[in-house]
Amino acid sequence: MERKLLKTLQSKHFSQILLLLILLVMGIVLSFLSPYFLTWSNFYNILDQTSVDIILAIGMAFVISSGGIDLSIGSVLAYSGIMMAFAMKAGIPVPLAVALGILAGMFIGLCNGLLISRLHLNPLVTTLGFMSIARGFALILTNSSPIFGFPNAFKFIGSGRVGPVNVPIIIALVIVIISYILLNKTKWGYYTLALGGNEEALRRAGVATHKYRTSIYIFCAMMAAIAGMITVARLNSADPLAGWMVETDAIAAVVLGGTSLSGGRGSIVGAVLACFVLGMLDNGLILMAIPAYYQKLFCGLIIIIALVATELRNRKEHRNFG
Amino acid sequence: MEEEKKQPFLQVKNVTKRFGSVEALRGVDLTVYTGEILAIVGDNGAGKTTLIKTLSGVLRPDSGEIMIEGKIYKELNPRLALDLGISTVYQDLSLVNCRDIATNIFLGREPVRHKFFVDKRRMVVEAQEFLQQLDMDIPEIHAEVGQLSGGQRQGVAVARAIRFGGKLLIFDEPTAAMGVQESAAVLSLIRQLGQKGYAVILISHNMYEVFELAQHISVMRQGKVVSTVSTSDVTPSDVVALITGAGEIPN
Ligand SMILES: Nc1ncnc2c1ncn2[C@@H]1O[C@H](COP(=O)(O)OP(=O)(O)O)[C@@H](O)[C@H]1O
Ligand SMILES: [Mg+2]
Repeated sequence: MERKLLKTLQSKHFSQILLLLILLVMGIVLSFLSPYFLTWSNFYNILDQTSVDIILAIGMAFVISSGGIDLSIGSVLAYSGIMMAFAMKAGIPVPLAVALGILAGMFIGLCNGLLISRLHLNPLVTTLGFMSIARGFALILTNSSPIFGFPNAFKFIGSGRVGPVNVPIIIALVIVIISYILLNKTKWGYYTLALGGNEEALRRAGVATHKYRTSIYIFCAMMAAIAGMITVARLNSADPLAGWMVETDAIAAVVLGGTSLSGGRGSIVGAVLACFVLGMLDNGLILMAIPAYYQKLFCGLIIIIALVATELRNRKEHRNFG
Repeated sequence: MEEEKKQPFLQVKNVTKRFGSVEALRGVDLTVYTGEILAIVGDNGAGKTTLIKTLSGVLRPDSGEIMIEGKIYKELNPRLALDLGISTVYQDLSLVNCRDIATNIFLGREPVRHKFFVDKRRMVVEAQEFLQQLDMDIPEIHAEVGQLSGGQRQGVAVARAIRFGGKLLIFDEPTAAMGVQESAAVLSLIRQLGQKGYAVILISHNMYEVFELAQHISVMRQGKVVSTVSTSDVTPSDVVALITGAGEIPN
C-alpha cells in the first residue's frame, strides 16, 4: 500500500497532472480577483512572457536530468545578447550576428562542460564561477550600460508576429517539440538520463560519458543564448544586467515539473507546465498590485522543498536496496 | 579441432593494482582459453572483482600486461574491452535503476530507426525474448529496474552481457541473489556459452556450481592467483583448502 502510494508520487505523470490542476485553480481564483485576468490579451501576455522562461527551463531540464546544474544561464543570456548587440553595431548582418552571439554563449557551455566532465569539478561551483565570469564580461564590455537600437530584422525576433502569433512563442514551441523528442526518443536523451541515473554504468557500457556530459552543458548554454537573443530583440536593448537570477526560476520550474534533482528522471512537458504556473503567478501578483519579487520567494521555497523531498526519497531508496 | 580449442583468448601477466594502501592485486597471472569455462574462486577481498575489472577496462592496472588474442595491452578501457569482445556481468550489476528493463539491456547499444530515433519497440520485444530465454518472470516489462528484486536485477544484467555477446563473457557472482529456478537457468546458459565456443570466466563461491560448469579453477588469495587446477583433478574440499591457504595441491 505504502509502495503503491510512493509509486504514484514518483510517477512522472503525477506532477504533470498536479500542475494542470494548479493551473486550473489559479486561473479560477485569479479570474475572480481581477477582471483583467480572463482577457485574451492578458492570456497572450502570459504566453509571450513565459516563452523565454520555457526556453531557459528546457536547457536546465537536460542538465538537471543528467545529474548536474547550471547557475550560469542568466549571465550567459546577458553576455550572448551583448555579443549580438556588438556584432550588429559593427555592421555584421543580423543572421551572422545572432549566430556569433549564440556561439559565444555555447562557448561558456563548453567551458562548463569540459571542466565538469573531464576534471570532475563540482557543477554547482563551476557554473557559479562562469556565472560571475560571463556577467563580468557583459558589464566590462558595455561599461555597465545597455546598448540600444537594432535593425528591424532583429527586432522582429522579439516583437514580430507570424500571423497572429508572436515570434518568441513560435521559437519556444519549436524548442519544446524538438527537446521533447531529443530527451525521450534519441540516444542523446537516453544517455542524458543514464548519466543522471548511473554514470559509471553508462561508462562501463562503452559510452564516452564526458562527451555527452559536455554536450549537455553546451545545449543548456545555447538555450540561454537563444533566450538572450529574444530578450534583447524584444526590449531593443542589450542590458548587461539582463537575466538576473533567472536560474532560480528555471531550476524551480524544472523540479516543479517532476525532474529529479538527483538526476535520472526528466520531463519537458512538466517543465513547460511549471513555467506556466510560475508565469501565471507572476501575472496574478502584478494584476493584484503585489510586488513581483514575492514570486522569487516562492521559487526559492519550491527549490528547498524539492531538495528536501529528493533527499528523503534517496534515503528511502537506499533503505530499499541496502 | 582439439588444438584449436586450446588457443588462449586472454593472458594476464603480473598485473598489480593498489587502492591507496590496499594492495588489491599483487602480480596476477591468468590464462583464459576459448571454448572453456574458467572459474575464479577466493575469499571475499581476494581481488577477484578487481581483477576482472582490469579485464573489462573499468580499472587501470598499475603494472603488468594483458594479452588478448596475441596482442599486448598495458591497460584497457570499457569501449576497447567491449570492442575486443569482452562482456561483463558486474558484481554491482551496473544498472541504471531509474530506467526500464529494455533500456538497461540495450544500454550503450540502442538500436535506432532513421539514424536518429531509438527503436524502443524493438528493444522491448527483444528484451522479452531474452528474459524468457533466462526463465525470468518479469511481472511488468516496462518496470524500472530499481523496482525489481535482486535476482531479477541480476537477470537483467546477465541478459545485457549475453546481448552484447563477444568472445569472452565474464560473470562476477551472477547468481548470488537469485532463487533456485533463476540460477539454474543462468547456469545452464553459461554452460551453453562454453559449449558454443565462448571463453567464459565465472566467479563464484558455490563449489557445486564451479565443479558443475568449469574446466579449470583459478584460486585467488590476497591479490594473487595461487593455483590453477583442472576440475577433474581435484575435489571441492581440495579447492576450499586452497582458498583458505590450509593446504597446497601437489602438482
Ligand atoms: N574502489 C576501491 N577502493 C578501495 N579499495 C578497494 C576498491 N575496490 C576494492 N578494494 C579493496 O581491494 C581488495 C579486493 O577487493 P575485491 O576485488 O572486491 O575482492 P573480491 O571480489 O575477491 O571479494 C579488498 O581489500 C577491497 O577492500
Ligand atoms: Mg567481488
